[in-house]
Amino acid sequence: MESALFPEGVTRCSAKKFFLWTLPWLLILAWGGVSAVLCLWKALNQTNMSNIFAFALWIVFDLGLIALGAGAFFTGFLTYIIGKKELRDILNAAVIIGFICYSGAMAILGIDIGQPLRGWFIFWHANIHSMLVEVSFCITCYLIVLSIEFLPIILENRKLEEIKPIRLFGRNLHAIMAVFAATGTFLSFFHQGSLGGMFGVMYARPFAARGGFYIWPWTFFLFILSAIAAGPCFTILIVKIAEKLTKKKLVSDNTVQFLARLSGFLLATYLILKIADTIGWINGEAHRAGLRFMDFYKEGPYGVWLPIAEIGICGILPAIMLLIPKLRKQTKWLIIACLLNCTGIILNRFSFIIVTLAIPVLPFERFWSYLPTWQEWGVALASIAYGVLLFSVAYRYLPVFPKERELNPIS
Amino acid sequence: MKEKHEKPLHRYGMVIDLDKCTGCGACVVACAAENNVSVRPDESDKKRFISWMQLYVIKNGKEYPEAEVCYIPRPCMHCEEDGHGNPHPPCVTVCVATATRVDINTGIVSQIPTRCIGCRYCQAACPYHARYFNWWDAYFPKGKGLERYLSPEISVRMRGVVEKCTFCHHRYMRAKRKAQAEGRKEIREDEYIPACAEACPAGAITFGDLNNPKHKVSQLIKSPRAFRLLERLNTKPKVYYLSSKEWVRRMADNYLPEELKPLT
Repeated sequence: MESALFPEGVTRCSAKKFFLWTLPWLLILAWGGVSAVLCLWKALNQTNMSNIFAFALWIVFDLGLIALGAGAFFTGFLTYIIGKKELRDILNAAVIIGFICYSGAMAILGIDIGQPLRGWFIFWHANIHSMLVEVSFCITCYLIVLSIEFLPIILENRKLEEIKPIRLFGRNLHAIMAVFAATGTFLSFFHQGSLGGMFGVMYARPFAARGGFYIWPWTFFLFILSAIAAGPCFTILIVKIAEKLTKKKLVSDNTVQFLARLSGFLLATYLILKIADTIGWINGEAHRAGLRFMDFYKEGPYGVWLPIAEIGICGILPAIMLLIPKLRKQTKWLIIACLLNCTGIILNRFSFIIVTLAIPVLPFERFWSYLPTWQEWGVALASIAYGVLLFSVAYRYLPVFPKERELNPIS
Repeated sequence: MKEKHEKPLHRYGMVIDLDKCTGCGACVVACAAENNVSVRPDESDKKRFISWMQLYVIKNGKEYPEAEVCYIPRPCMHCEEDGHGNPHPPCVTVCVATATRVDINTGIVSQIPTRCIGCRYCQAACPYHARYFNWWDAYFPKGKGLERYLSPEISVRMRGVVEKCTFCHHRYMRAKRKAQAEGRKEIREDEYIPACAEACPAGAITFGDLNNPKHKVSQLIKSPRAFRLLERLNTKPKVYYLSSKEWVRRMADNYLPEELKPLT
């Protein structure tokens, strides 16, 4: 009976197998639920955040998720605005991944702020000078746009499509999707940028502070570029994992190769600018503050391995792999390159959040350490579990991959 | 974008003479008592305690008989700029909900706990660690008399919000009301003094209007002993320190090796 809900002409695993697959993720989600309730009920003392580590694991997850979710707006932009029709194969998946990343990040933020019931103050008492206000406005609006983009995919469910008004509404939504793709692109550019701007404008924190253009610090532009370089790689990674698990080919090689090549080009461009920015920062902001490059990496576990891993191993290496056609055409190297690219962006966000706060600015301030509690891990990992579950359910009941039927004919 | 703001009428600031400070901690206690600062059953968690006036101890790193110790009381610096030339402290520029403001009449950086959403961006932006988050509900041990000494002039802060030194702004309001009642437009130098300055037994803390040449603070900051914490960041703190010891003045900021000359 459940099979009546499956997309037409494709096969899905049995309900029992699907339930067993969801079980561990449901358990993680429950762990996250307990953690969230504890944090909301007993306050944020349930975490190991402190007056030193005002931002911690949750913000790393937030910024990481938002950067990795950039595949949604970028694929939409390329499909609808630039006219790359071949990306339609992967667009639905990119939109769902984007929706998962943004809604997950918003949920974490709701627990992370000390007074969640006052969340609306951001809009009511908005401080227009704050980069975080720009982030909040754009993320909220973009989540609405993502929901609108997700809606026609839900309405394409076989049973829902049988209802004429729903079918017509869904098709009409599809027809005007270019408007939402353009809106999403505009909003995404600004919030990816202002997330970077958030750190660049912390002028009294020499590790994060950056010069820039007009009101925007260089991190504003670097965060946009790094997100659109890593976002498509994350989409490819999820598609490849889905293909591995379902033992099916879901997206044509041409589409994947196009995105991988584009990612490689963007990553290489980003790295050139990132290296220039780092050199400028060492000789500019850090120098003016009386600090040398190595002064930031001398305490705790935050050694010079961090920029080496971020820019070298998880930056230059994947860029080379993605730019050489012979390498990126081999699934193994493609996956390694995507994995490294995504790790690189997480390391970048981690450095801007954790290292900025961990390195004392006052010469007589001591170094403090930070390790997340199980409640912090619970909430953070729940965002991943929620993503896996939503994507699994979407794949099972919705035509996420339009080429699935064509690429996997039922004999 | 550089904004044009009028210069504040008054610029209240503080001068702390480190040569006089004995590190007794009276300023810390007076501040906490005056401002209804919540306590914890175990105050040893220095990463999450609340102390608007924090006392640091620094050492010159030498062995006896050359060993020297200096205490640095650190209130909020009430910065004038964000380090990039904008006329807001680093914390004010970043606050999402406009929960922290600079009073244009006094230059005092205030905090509105009932508007704070607890995002802690201000804490991240402040290099002095002068901002404190309420990780727990406000707590005053029952039966020990502490709750009976709460000041009616200051609201007890709820959990999940940030708080900080306000230069005892309620005392300024009290002094202003008194002056108005007496038909005066200006308040006298000795009418508005924060609790820490009043409590210091060594007279190490001087408070007043940095714009007023008659006030002692505006004269003290011209001393060759005067310096501020992390001056290179260009946040323009309104809290100055005095020390005759070069090693103490040097500890107030970061220096590149080529900039350091041997201590005299």
